[in-house]
Amino acid sequence: MIEVKNITKTYNTGDVSFNALNGVSFSIKDGEFIAIMGPSGSGKSTLMHILGALDSSTSGTYFLDGKDVSTLSDDELADIRRDKIGFVFQSFNLLPRTTVLRNVMLPLIYDGVKDTERERRAKEALFSAGLDETHFHHLSNQLSGGQIQRVAIARALVNNPSLILADEPTGNLDSKTGEIVLGTFQRLNEEEGRTIILITHEQYIAEHADRILFIKDGLLSEDPNGHEKRIINNK
Amino acid sequence: MKAKDILHETYSALFANKARTGLTMLGIIIGIGSVIAMISIGNGAKASIQSSIEGLGSNLLTIMPGVVQPGRGIVSSGRGSAQTLKNEDIEVVKEIEGVSLVSPEVSRRFQVVATGSNTNTTIMGVIPEYMPVHNILLENGSFITEANQRSIGRQAVLGATVATDLFPEQDPLGKNIRINKVNFVVTGILSSKGGAGFSGPDDMIFVPLSTMQKILSGVDYLTMMSISVADKNMMNEVKDSINNSLLIKHHVEEADFSIISQEDVLSTLSNIINTFTLFLASIASISLLVGGIGIMNMMLTTVTERTREIGLRKAIGAKRIDINTQFLVEAVMLTFIGGFFGILLGWLISFVVSYLGIIQTQVSLFSVLLAFSVSTVIGIIFGYYPARRASQLNPIDALRYE
Repeated sequence: MIEVKNITKTYNTGDVSFNALNGVSFSIKDGEFIAIMGPSGSGKSTLMHILGALDSSTSGTYFLDGKDVSTLSDDELADIRRDKIGFVFQSFNLLPRTTVLRNVMLPLIYDGVKDTERERRAKEALFSAGLDETHFHHLSNQLSGGQIQRVAIARALVNNPSLILADEPTGNLDSKTGEIVLGTFQRLNEEEGRTIILITHEQYIAEHADRILFIKDGLLSEDPNGHEKRIINNK
Repeated sequence: MKAKDILHETYSALFANKARTGLTMLGIIIGIGSVIAMISIGNGAKASIQSSIEGLGSNLLTIMPGVVQPGRGIVSSGRGSAQTLKNEDIEVVKEIEGVSLVSPEVSRRFQVVATGSNTNTTIMGVIPEYMPVHNILLENGSFITEANQRSIGRQAVLGATVATDLFPEQDPLGKNIRINKVNFVVTGILSSKGGAGFSGPDDMIFVPLSTMQKILSGVDYLTMMSISVADKNMMNEVKDSINNSLLIKHHVEEADFSIISQEDVLSTLSNIINTFTLFLASIASISLLVGGIGIMNMMLTTVTERTREIGLRKAIGAKRIDINTQFLVEAVMLTFIGGFFGILLGWLISFVVSYLGIIQTQVSLFSVLLAFSVSTVIGIIFGYYPARRASQLNPIDALRYE
């Protein structure tokens, strides 16, 4: 369902050109939980932007659900992001002074979904992400870090995406809260069959996924022996 | 994105920073308010002058000695200095078809003394026809009569203002006054006509024309001739006939006199007031422009502040047009609400001006609609650039923005 073939990305800054990705190929099946790991400057963020349809590659092809994303225009990319991808960011990026429910509904607003349907789906997503109903009408800045990230996960779930893309989702959380969030991802993967790509620079975090793809100097590699998956119990 | 959602976003964005929103809006409020107030004051002034002039008699032609400079209006006429209008001309004008009444006039300012009181005012030498031609009414006594005129009599009729000035506490009728050291008896007082502009009969004393010419000023010319025309629709024909007859009588090729109809006066004054209103309104629009720049400034600040939010919106599927619309509607909403309160402010100002009796102002529906559309257009113009900037942000850069 995700098919990446020989993707390169070249940045030109004046006279100097820099290859962030040097021909990356891999595929991900529906329902997989993948971690992409690498140090900063490895091309990890660039790959995430391309996978998230925020940016297009210089060459190569990227098929998402059988559709070639690498040739689309800006507005077509926006449609892909709206319909097929859910983002979870390190810095949460909730709208301030806005209720939890409204934050989660935001992708549906851009999709033109009806009011009642919106609210139903937002609540469903919030339950899925494990947030208590008592917080639904709180403002986003009245919540704790862990609760905020659950709202962000709910927002990523609400449009029922093919792919959830989490960029360092535990980066701004303490280790205990981080584990809860990782547990939420594992549960969504196992119980709801969500496809998740987790981007991180920490081995420990990456080990919560089924597969780990390592990226370094714009090239991708995978440990053929795999790893022992860390399972979080208090999901 | 639905209209309801856009309005919801706009509402929460504008309310997020009430002080800034309020101050920015104030620029538009003051701009629109002053434009509305200025236009209403201008309209009020025009209406008041129009009604005063129409009150002087709408079928009135005025002949003045000297030439009114074309394009410069009646203000620059050679009235007072030219002496080309003579008593013989009266008979010529009377014979013209369509002329119903002719009122020759000589006016000059003199010192007037009553018992103890003292004033300097316009003395008008007139014949009985003055009264019907100028639509004036008597309060008390009688106006200048034919007999007064024939006998070069020393009778005076006082305008309402002059009457109270000279005789503050008593009935002036039958009292003596001295005009330029000549004794006159007050035989009549006019009722107040009010608001007749700059040459109203309230502030005049009327004496027989013969007395004025032979005793008071010693001249044989007229300073003005007022003619009432029988049929209002014949004004132009009568004006032309008078012009031709006087040219022949004066033995001249080019007129050494001017004929002004009420309509000319009205249109000249309307022109002056329109120009004046336009001038005031353009000064007021400068503040509107400044207000618009304030909107643009605020919107640019907002776009910068909310760069991350814009990035997030784009990441979760907002298209360029969604972002563009959101910020444009925000700017237009600012000016629209500002425009609404501006209209209230302008209306309040003109109400206060009317209430204080300075000028009877008129807030026209046209100026309100104009203000609304202008404020909306300002929102679009000054919101366009910031909104475009927001919509063109790259979502990756926007998300990274600190």
